[in-house]
Amino acid sequence: MTEAPAVEARSAVKEFGQGETAVRALDTVSVAIRKGEFFTLLGPSGCGKTTLLRLIAGFDSTTSGAILIDGEDVSELPPNRRPVNTVFQSYALFPHLTVAQNVAFGLEMLGRPKGEVAARTAEMLALVKLDQLAGRKTSQLSGGQQQRVALARALAPRPKVLLLDEPLSALDLKLRKEMQGELKRLQLETGITFVFVTHDQEEALTMSDRIGVMSGGRILQIGTPREIYAHPTNRFVADFIGETNFLSARVRGGKAVFGGGVEVPLSRPAADGDVTIAIRPEHMRLVPQGMAGALSGTVSHAIYFGTDSHVHLKLIDGTEIVVRQQTDPDGSGGPKPGAVLGVSFPPAAVQVLED
Amino acid sequence: MSLAEARRERDQVRRSWLLSLPALFLLAIGAIGPLFIMVVYSFLTPGKYGNVEWIFSTDAWRGIIFTKDIFDETLKLADAHLTIFWRSVKLSFLTTVFTFVVGFPTAWFIATQPPRWRPFWLFLITIPFWTNLLIRTFAINQIIRTEGLLNTILLKVGIISTPLNLLYTDTAVFIGMTYVYLPLMVLPLYAAIDRFDHRLLEAGYDLYASRMAVLRRIIFPIVKPGIVAGSILVFIPSLGAYVTPRILGGGRNMMIGNFIELQFGQGRNWPLGAALSVVLLLIVTAALLVYVKFANREGGHG
Repeated sequence: MTEAPAVEARSAVKEFGQGETAVRALDTVSVAIRKGEFFTLLGPSGCGKTTLLRLIAGFDSTTSGAILIDGEDVSELPPNRRPVNTVFQSYALFPHLTVAQNVAFGLEMLGRPKGEVAARTAEMLALVKLDQLAGRKTSQLSGGQQQRVALARALAPRPKVLLLDEPLSALDLKLRKEMQGELKRLQLETGITFVFVTHDQEEALTMSDRIGVMSGGRILQIGTPREIYAHPTNRFVADFIGETNFLSARVRGGKAVFGGGVEVPLSRPAADGDVTIAIRPEHMRLVPQGMAGALSGTVSHAIYFGTDSHVHLKLIDGTEIVVRQQTDPDGSGGPKPGAVLGVSFPPAAVQVLED
Repeated sequence: MSLAEARRERDQVRRSWLLSLPALFLLAIGAIGPLFIMVVYSFLTPGKYGNVEWIFSTDAWRGIIFTKDIFDETLKLADAHLTIFWRSVKLSFLTTVFTFVVGFPTAWFIATQPPRWRPFWLFLITIPFWTNLLIRTFAINQIIRTEGLLNTILLKVGIISTPLNLLYTDTAVFIGMTYVYLPLMVLPLYAAIDRFDHRLLEAGYDLYASRMAVLRRIIFPIVKPGIVAGSILVFIPSLGAYVTPRILGGGRNMMIGNFIELQFGQGRNWPLGAALSVVLLLIVTAALLVYVKFANREGGHG
């Protein structure tokens, strides 16, 4: 019943350098990536996401802890003996080989019979729609085409896990959108577990089954895109993904008490004490001042975005917040600076952060 | 408009020819001239005290491969000549292979050092060029002679009980040439490895290639232009080497260069010397043709 995860990191630590000057790039990371899952490691540059990917691939070895692939400890195995393949950020295509030879490389190294290599190569080139360019040099291809070759080359040996290191970062916006859909399609068609590294939150939200948000060498939260966005457990996750208002409050008896004495019932249980609360700007509404359960604030300025306006307010306790308000169909101006308004939100929008 | 343009272009071509005329003239005199003289001399008769007599003869060319028996005048293969040719090609080939075996890791090491240290390592490689070839070769002579540094150390350490007889052997010539020509192998290899994208190594390992497979299937094909250039740069001067076999090979272990010199000196057979020079030139040309073929194939590869 309990199937082994496709990839598992057990208290994985990676330090670069020695002794006093050692830098801890990965700090006791534990994560289990399920079979057939599109798992994204999301975080700013330097958060350790690429380091974790390199530990899984075997390019770097763990300082302590273990990496398991399909239930087997591979910590001591070199990269060429791990059943994983990588799509590199730079693609790292072999410049002296044709498109087809690039795709066939892994299969040849595995010593597969010639016929099988040829058949699988053709199949892969068809999968990424490059069958017309099989005989081309990789230097004669566009960025998007090189990206597809890199994908086909990594998928050809049927790895248990495909590792993707910011593969779309070198493409322009339009091509990136296209490749996002393509990647998702390939993942569904092949059923291979994808571990995808990116710093782009939108990419992570739209493509992933689950996301691991990383910062400072740790995984801060793991969850589906909806869980991560709707219920961030800490300030970094809430701030990194989307826009968020942070408010100070005191939890008492299942209610959050804000500055000015406004009480809002909590939809999820939380321990009593002083907390930080995150509320998304689009979940807040501007209401007339003095309405029950609404905070009170002064409009400092409003920015018009077409579909919505971002209204910046200063609450009585000095906290600055943003409320995202849909624009009126008649195009009339939103709230004027200096206006004193109420800010209301449903209890479900209140997310109590753990730290 | 296009007519004027065509004329301007034609003028430009003519002007560039005119500008390069002095250089072409010098080349004609300096390079083709002596070559022409060599070819002509190789078909003449040797003079008594050197130089040539203007009597047509193919003896020199025949003399390269055959020798006339002094008694019955039958033609026999000139074993001595062929031995010299064979030694030259063999030693040059061995030198090329060995400088590659030693030079490749050296060049790899330099190319993978932090960028600010590379000039320093390259500088070390070029230090031998500061000293005259003759002096360097004599230095090797001093090191490998029977009472030399090498034997003294080996005897002291106890690796050998009797001194090695290295000087005036083919091995001595080989050691000397490897030492002299190593930089010529390292520098083009370094240039090629420096351009090599080291991320391709990880891509290779990731695709199940062993270290050996990465070396053979990825590194060698990509740095091939450097390998070919280095090999040519070592092989050609090795083939015509004169100083090194003279000082380290003694009189007996001659290479083509020494043999040619002998014909123009004590041998007093200028036509044979000329013919030998042309043969050397042909071997070099053949080697260059192989190079061009390799280089072209690389170009076709991208």
